[in-house]
Amino acid sequence: MAKTILGIGLDAISYGMVLFIISIGLSIMMGLMRVVNLAHGAFAMIGGYLASYALRSIGLSYPVAIIVAVLGTIVIAMPFEILLYRRIYRKSDALAQILLTIGITFLIIGLANFIFGPTSKPIPLPASLSGPYDLGFKVIPANRLFVMACGVCTALLLWLLVDRTEFGIRLRAAVDNGDMAEALGIKTQIIFSVTFALAVGLAAFGGVVGAELLPIEPYYALRYMVTFLVVVSVGGSGSILGALAASMILGLVDTTGKYLAPEYGEFFFYLLVIGIVFVFPNGLLGRSH
Amino acid sequence: MTDRLSIGVGRSAAPAISQDILALVLIPLIGAIGFVLFPDDLAFLTRLISLTLLVLSLDLVTGYCGIDTIGHSAIFGVSAYVAGNACLAGLTDPVALLIVGAVSGAAAGLASGALVARFSGLPQLVLSIAIGQLTAALANKLSSLTGGSDGLSGIEPGRVFGVFAFDLYGRTGYIFSVVVLTIVFVILRRLVNSPFGLLCRAIKDDSLRARMIGARIYPRLVIMYGFSGVVAGIGGAIMAINTGVVGLDSVSFEQSAEALVMLVVGGAGTLWGGLFGSLVFQLFQHYVSAANPFHWLIMLGLLLIAIVLFAPRGLAPLVGSLAQRTVRLAWRRS
Repeated sequence: MAKTILGIGLDAISYGMVLFIISIGLSIMMGLMRVVNLAHGAFAMIGGYLASYALRSIGLSYPVAIIVAVLGTIVIAMPFEILLYRRIYRKSDALAQILLTIGITFLIIGLANFIFGPTSKPIPLPASLSGPYDLGFKVIPANRLFVMACGVCTALLLWLLVDRTEFGIRLRAAVDNGDMAEALGIKTQIIFSVTFALAVGLAAFGGVVGAELLPIEPYYALRYMVTFLVVVSVGGSGSILGALAASMILGLVDTTGKYLAPEYGEFFFYLLVIGIVFVFPNGLLGRSH
Repeated sequence: MTDRLSIGVGRSAAPAISQDILALVLIPLIGAIGFVLFPDDLAFLTRLISLTLLVLSLDLVTGYCGIDTIGHSAIFGVSAYVAGNACLAGLTDPVALLIVGAVSGAAAGLASGALVARFSGLPQLVLSIAIGQLTAALANKLSSLTGGSDGLSGIEPGRVFGVFAFDLYGRTGYIFSVVVLTIVFVILRRLVNSPFGLLCRAIKDDSLRARMIGARIYPRLVIMYGFSGVVAGIGGAIMAINTGVVGLDSVSFEQSAEALVMLVVGGAGTLWGGLFGSLVFQLFQHYVSAANPFHWLIMLGLLLIAIVLFAPRGLAPLVGSLAQRTVRLAWRRS
């Protein structure tokens, strides 16, 4: 019994960390640019594909492949930002945002299949991460520990970036009052672009390290589109701590549900989502806009 | 000047009625053309009609009330399951099954509307998605009622009015569906041009101002959700009656998202837009997607991006103004 609880708990934490790494970019983006970006999962998927290609076809090492995947995804995504996303930042028309980003998702799914084919692409782990690791009280895959560490590091670094740097000050000013920030000489357009790159890079990073749990295939972008949006909504857009809490709670509920009552599918997950959103429309730690 | 205004806005009575007559003529005419051109594809066309009802239903809440939802197929699917089960239980009269679908659709619509219409923006969108996903998970779990992943099969409706039996080629089913679509469309045109429909539009355009003139917003939206549920329910019942099978895909997220895409391709906020979008989208999908589903996704993605950038009001207004110009040109020449 205790072993089951421990097993579920560890799985839930690593799944929650993957959700966090991917969703936090979306959360910051929605907090700042107020854009419902349904294509966020598609960028995570691009990261996974690039890493898989770098590891298996070029033969780069794992850390280098991660860096290549993150930078490559940013390079691929920036034209979308310049040509399309800029038009829908901070617009009240949510329908246009939904359709534009669904369109981008469809386009990326189609192209990913055209280039890489419909099969799922494995991301081979280095020897140091592929074996088991003995925690003393339980043996778990080393990769799970790596994912958890990545999640914690991401949260800490983002907090440092937002709370302790010049860029963070400008970003928070733009979130609080974009027009006033502009009037004070902060170039919000540049802040938006940098934030977009950061969000996409985080998505790609999460896509690579989380590929064990969320396998990379063309419909990845559609399958997890909703999950990431739900995490942001439950946590509250723009809040790092909120996204972390939401990822952990939702990861726990989803993992527990799948262990104990798999025939219910995602029933409990979405029941909880409805409950939380109903009580906290702006998310657990979000603010109203 | 007044003439142009009334055509552009469509709020005065005369053009509204002439558009009703146009619908009464045009929909059966398109139906007849489909019957003649694709006699072997009637099953596909019948499915197209049932999904058109879903799109029209979505138009009522998204186009006329401004509620963004990607969970509308939950209502459609639930009604299809209820109608299917009613048929299996022995209620085989098709018209009665339509009423069963409409009633269960109304109930499902009011229930989800009561939740979704309380909020706006992101919480509203996420709630609608979550309701849809919850329904899909339940449909999978309650396999005694829904057949689970195998689908609910063996639905065999009786004769329409006790006279016209459903045949192997789907002719009766097709004609039945076209007639239902025509009637529903004309009734919906009356609904959206009624004072209630106009108030909903006012809420969408400026909910604060609507509240200032004394409108109670939340009840209006829930009622419109109920009407929308009736239409989706009729669509679900039509699908259950004609295909004889109700699968999990009818409650899926993909179905909801597709319905929203169809609506916006045609143009949200006019019933013609929903009708046109559903027709064009599904015809293209039928032929292109059969050839290569991924090329279809690339084309669809580009189309969506182009529509948001260049035709935010959808394709139907473009086609509409083109048709008007042609008619005027022909009028002047003669």
